[in-house]
Amino acid sequence: MCSTCGCGVTEDISIQKPGEVESPVRETPVDHHVGHEHHHHHDKTILEVEQDILQVNQLLAERNRGYFLGKNIFAINLVSSPGSGKTTLLEKTLTDLKSKINFYVIEGDQQTMNDANRIDALQIPVVQINTGKACHLDSTMVSNAILKLKPESNAVVMIENVGNLVCPAAFDLGENARVVIISTTEGDDKPIKYPDMFDGSQVCIINKIDLLPYVNFNMEKAKEFARQVNPNIEFFEISSITGEGMDKWYEWLKIKIK
Amino acid sequence: MHELSIAIGIVNIAKKEAVKHHISEIELIELEIGTLSGIEIESLNFAWPLAVSGTVLEHAEKKINIIKGKARCLDCGNDFDLKNIFDPCPRCKSHFKDIYHGKELRVKAIVVN
Repeated sequence: MCSTCGCGVTEDISIQKPGEVESPVRETPVDHHVGHEHHHHHDKTILEVEQDILQVNQLLAERNRGYFLGKNIFAINLVSSPGSGKTTLLEKTLTDLKSKINFYVIEGDQQTMNDANRIDALQIPVVQINTGKACHLDSTMVSNAILKLKPESNAVVMIENVGNLVCPAAFDLGENARVVIISTTEGDDKPIKYPDMFDGSQVCIINKIDLLPYVNFNMEKAKEFARQVNPNIEFFEISSITGEGMDKWYEWLKIKIK
Repeated sequence: MHELSIAIGIVNIAKKEAVKHHISEIELIELEIGTLSGIEIESLNFAWPLAVSGTVLEHAEKKINIIKGKARCLDCGNDFDLKNIFDPCPRCKSHFKDIYHGKELRVKAIVVN
């Protein structure tokens, strides 16, 4: 249940490889277990705490980032609403580049091994995080997933977050880049409806451009909205089905891991 | 509803403080939440009883200081109030800005008897 720091009840969260029997989540080496009862009587005292609520998540995120740095790994946090085509984009990218890049994948969903099985079919090492009730991945889950995945040096780790444009925005996982995906079947005002997600992302992939003739999606408007939130965001217009525009996305990836 | 995670994060901070200062019950907890932090106060209030049940915060009053968004325009240097993360500088209309208030998500203080 505690998905901010991973302490306490963890039975809702499972992390497993395809074909593997479910194993309990490993406790993180953070001391949370408190609860001593003391009975002192003081006058009213104000204790200045001044602590960020997300500090535990941030510390573990930085530890993940250090792990990636030490092994020269490039980690990407893929975020979007459900149904924007994250997994299909991932499958296409892995298929096209797996001969050149050593990929590892962490899949995040509330339930099922479906996405991990799709990646496993491509013979790419993958672990699935089922978050149970939680609506986002956090740095503890990713840290535990990495321990299981054991990525080699110079690899690229793709983390597919839970499909949700709101909650994952608040949780740094320790990634090197956050990529937000929207698709032409969604409203072109998504970037200003869910600005937090676009604010913290470096790249915006606009997927399903093969459907542009059939939908009411204004590409320039969508980009303009995203730039209002984040003037530095980079765009790639793609279709994971037809392959259109994928070359530019691959170029970006190759430059990043150089 | 990541507000539940946030509420549990607050409880964990309070628990640590309680152990450090040998406190069994907290009377009041003071939070600072920015309007651009991505937290819905209503959702936090909804998740609160569930998160604090059986903890040092169970009977604590929750005081929330709302911090309004403030930014400095990176083009013209103007300081301005920010309602939305995508608001432009009202003077030069630029979207390049440094947001220096509004993203706070902090436990400021706790009050004990």
